[in-house]
Amino acid sequence: MIQSSFTERNLRVLFPLPAIVFIGLLMVFPILYTLYLSFTNWNLTSGMGPSFVGLDSYLRVFSEPRFLHALGRTFTFTVFAVAVEVVLGVAIALILNRAFVGKSLAKLLLLLPLVATPIAVGIVFNLFYDPTIGLLNFTLDALGLPQGRWISSENTVIASLVMVDVWQWTPMITLIVLAGLAGLSEEPVEAARVDGASEWQILRYVTIPMVMPVILTAMILRLIDALKTFDIIFAMTGGGPGYASETLNIMGFKYSFEYFRIGQSSVILVALFLVVLLCSLGIMKLRESSEK
Amino acid sequence: MKHKLSKIGVALSSLCLCAGAMAQSGEIRVLVANHPYGELLKLSIPQFEKDTGIKVNVESLQESQLTQKLTTEFATKSSTVDVFMTRPLQEGKMFSKNGWYAPLADYDFSDYPKNIMNAASFGGKPYIVPLVTEWQVLYYRKDLLQKAGLKVPTNFDELEAAAQKLNSESVAGIASRGKGAAAVTQVSSYIYNYGGQYLDKGTAAFNSKPAIDAVRYYGKLLGNYGPKGVTSMSWENIMPLFQAGKIAMWTDASVFYGQIVDQSKTQIPVANFDIANFPAGPKTNAPFIVSSWGISVANQSKKKDLALKFLNWASSKEMAIKGMMGNITMARSSVWVDPVVRSKMNPGLIETRAFAAENGTPVDRPYMSAVGEARDLIGELVIESINTKGTSNKLDQLAKEKANRVNELLKESGEYGK
Repeated sequence: MIQSSFTERNLRVLFPLPAIVFIGLLMVFPILYTLYLSFTNWNLTSGMGPSFVGLDSYLRVFSEPRFLHALGRTFTFTVFAVAVEVVLGVAIALILNRAFVGKSLAKLLLLLPLVATPIAVGIVFNLFYDPTIGLLNFTLDALGLPQGRWISSENTVIASLVMVDVWQWTPMITLIVLAGLAGLSEEPVEAARVDGASEWQILRYVTIPMVMPVILTAMILRLIDALKTFDIIFAMTGGGPGYASETLNIMGFKYSFEYFRIGQSSVILVALFLVVLLCSLGIMKLRESSEK
Repeated sequence: MKHKLSKIGVALSSLCLCAGAMAQSGEIRVLVANHPYGELLKLSIPQFEKDTGIKVNVESLQESQLTQKLTTEFATKSSTVDVFMTRPLQEGKMFSKNGWYAPLADYDFSDYPKNIMNAASFGGKPYIVPLVTEWQVLYYRKDLLQKAGLKVPTNFDELEAAAQKLNSESVAGIASRGKGAAAVTQVSSYIYNYGGQYLDKGTAAFNSKPAIDAVRYYGKLLGNYGPKGVTSMSWENIMPLFQAGKIAMWTDASVFYGQIVDQSKTQIPVANFDIANFPAGPKTNAPFIVSSWGISVANQSKKKDLALKFLNWASSKEMAIKGMMGNITMARSSVWVDPVVRSKMNPGLIETRAFAAENGTPVDRPYMSAVGEARDLIGELVIESINTKGTSNKLDQLAKEKANRVNELLKESGEYGK
């Protein structure tokens, strides 16, 4: 009897408890532990355990040109990928929002890249981009166009990777925006039409502003993901040629699993964590102001 | 009711006892690489289980993932691994320094070449049983050489001339790994044949003139006559091109021979592929010959007796002969003179191995704990050289910078000058 009343009194705590414990163990602890490791000089190649060195690892990593390049590349990749995805995604959503024959088939086809495994996508695109036996160069050659070296060239590797990301993730933006468009009321559009607004004006001044919060939500989701992109880059180039496609995440991976510099790798990951956090906060602020 | 409960209790406890007894009679966890020999072990394990009653839980991983998994498990002291395949030159120093290998004092190592045992021992004591050996060779297309009226190149001048002559719009004259770190092992033989080396007495030596000349030559070959995009190619990118007939010559490790002459995997009649000794350089001909894979018992294993039993079986002469029959080049010396094996094995492999065993260099990378990072640093040199077709005027300066960085790494891990 006493027991059951205890349960009843504490239902509010007990029900979410498993989730809280889960989050604590699997999310908070790793983050705090990574933070702790970033203040150590743990390096497995020395055969010695971690010892506290304060900000030393931070200074060493931040003064590496390679780190700054990786940071810049992370932003370049993200900005280009997300920009193209949002523009294309919204455009496709607007098209799909109209009634036409074969609409559901088009929606289904659009969904396919989204459900593909990124590593498999990477392997297939590697073959597609291969300068000697790849389909892309073969097609360009057949059309009489100049061939490229794609992911094998330092100059085109980021653009080539952005293309793969766009291929895979544009549908996600489309889906979210499509859901937003479906929820809009028809009245403002009809009112604008009665007032003699052109189709373009309706789109520019009525539809887009109304669906803007949804677009920004989709953008936040994509942005966070794009900043952390690992699978596609790892499967396709591993950060190469040289370090030409090395983003923070790839660099962090190499530092821990190829160089075994656990302390410095943690610094890179803490930096990435902060980058993602600040960017998301920025966009959330933007979203709040657009809602007002 | 009570009676029923007690019956269930008895049944449950006897079940527990059974499980306990089973665990005692043996269950071990083994990590293998998805290398042909790892596959062979996996196929043969059911027989081992039947013969010994030891249950083997085997996991197979790609080589770098194997290193990562082992490192994570051992470093966090949470491992239940008992036996694992390991790469002596890549991870041996670091693993031994962290005390992750169990010593193998009682194993009979008399059947293994001495220079190979050097990489399997630390502080004079053996910790790894070498399994597979590989050496640098030249693969080539017999038909293309014949058509061009060329003989198989035996030195670097002939190699370059042949690459030039064989190079065309549709077929690359020569290929070798160009992808930074992955290229380092393959450049090593070029460096040795120019009279250089990566490290000398625990100090970086790849900024010496012979080593830089070799890197230049490598860049000239691949930059002028290599496949497109070679700086992002490792063997897994070169292999399909070679099999598709897009490459005339290829220098890489002997381990790929079995795959090259597998007719089901190639569009070219396999009779057109052949293998030859790595060509001589201006100074000597000492291509690498190394033990690429070995097997060890994990030091934290709680079932070392069972683990040793498995290791003895997995590295036995019988298994080695099985491997040789599948074109896997094993490290045991005795299997190379076994008449049955010799009659079945490809003569090209036997000849090139004999040459490398006699003249070769038993290391194919900077042999140090921080080898991963050192390979990336040297890889930058290789890429610069290929991108400029060997003409870069920054190469000497770059080599000096990278050598300094490698020396720093050696100092950090306490291996400098040793």
